[in-house]
Amino acid sequence: MKVTDRQKGLEVLDVEDRARFEQLVLPHLDAAFNLAAWLLSSRSDAEDVTQEAMLRAYRFFPGFYGGDVRAWLLQIVRNTSYTWLEKNRRMKLMDEFNEELHTQSFTTPESIAISGNDRERLKRALETLPHRFREILVLREIEGCSYKEIAAITSIPIGTVMSSLSRARRQLQSALAKDAAGEATDEL
Amino acid sequence: MSCDFTDSALHGYFDGELNVVHAAEFQHHLSHCSDCIDELAALSSVRGSLRHARLYEPAPASLARRIRADIYSASPKISPSLHQAWRGLVAALGLLLVALVLWRVMPGARKEEDYQAELAAEIVDAHLRSLLPGQATNVNSSDPQTVRAQLESKVQFAVPVRDLTKNGFVLQGGRVDIVQGRTVAALVYRGGDQLFNVFIWRTSESDSSPRVGSRQGYQWIDWRQDKLELCAVSDADPADLGRLHRLLIL
Repeated sequence: MKVTDRQKGLEVLDVEDRARFEQLVLPHLDAAFNLAAWLLSSRSDAEDVTQEAMLRAYRFFPGFYGGDVRAWLLQIVRNTSYTWLEKNRRMKLMDEFNEELHTQSFTTPESIAISGNDRERLKRALETLPHRFREILVLREIEGCSYKEIAAITSIPIGTVMSSLSRARRQLQSALAKDAAGEATDEL
Repeated sequence: MSCDFTDSALHGYFDGELNVVHAAEFQHHLSHCSDCIDELAALSSVRGSLRHARLYEPAPASLARRIRADIYSASPKISPSLHQAWRGLVAALGLLLVALVLWRVMPGARKEEDYQAELAAEIVDAHLRSLLPGQATNVNSSDPQTVRAQLESKVQFAVPVRDLTKNGFVLQGGRVDIVQGRTVAALVYRGGDQLFNVFIWRTSESDSSPRVGSRQGYQWIDWRQDKLELCAVSDADPADLGRLHRLLIL
């Protein structure tokens, strides 16, 4: 990799770098899109944001010295998504104070037993979670990232990853239980 | 949970993230803790549903095409090997192309102003992100030593953290952020109602006097000292930002 002005991250990549980018980074396009789609709750917004994030990654690529490419890319996608959210929507961020509300009901495995075609219900439940809990669940359960990767992507310490994950899971369970309870009422 | 083990241990076990010793301890604990067993069953039930539900959102094929088109529209530099291959038959054409490409890429040695403009955009983005609830600090401490030690364990350079409480800037903490693809340390100070982010990263360039600018209503000031580049940003009065800058270079 030969770059004259690495510091500035502005250089156009040479042919070899572009080939490396295609080989190393582009295969993670699905991961990038998946994270953006979940953070933004919209596939069409996710397309724009992923495209922007990929271009950024392309420009920053000379500054990438190896390591976990997926985590590096997802970090850029995450930042681009949050910046986009901040600029384009007033985020209705549900934060800690809402958490109590979510965790009130106690859940048992039975109450959240879910049949195979409940994609919509799960999706709804995940989307009720605050972004920081949703992202950690998406990274762990859907993208299959390790704690270390999640820590790298979200720039939070591993200890915080662990505690956030347990809170996120509890919130998801409650959201699912609430959703199930809601549907049961509807049916009556 | 009513048992002695923490939630983190349970989730760490569930995710296979405990080391061998802790995993064995927890396993032993499971033999006589029905709460934890129930909890694990609940966790794997939810995980099973998540896996089952095919929640992965794959990128549409058109997106890959758009991105490739973007990448290819940036004209590449000619690599030496390719250049050599062109020697001989198409030497003249090659030279012409090299000239053309260099001419187009010359901004690749782009000017300082362009660098500043891109930097400002990134810095303001990072500042905006930090204003989201819960995003400002990972290291929550007003103690410069604590903030410094925790940041330095992540960024691999000496982070100058100062106590400026007497001067009206109260340290809120710090975090690690990404600016232009680089890992940077960010210090957060509160002055009056305003949050100030001070981004710090390593540079190989020589010291420079401060440059200032504004973008989307946010002011920034950027300078280099002792092989570090610092950029402070806020939507406060520019005079306050200038004051913060003077305090940081003293």
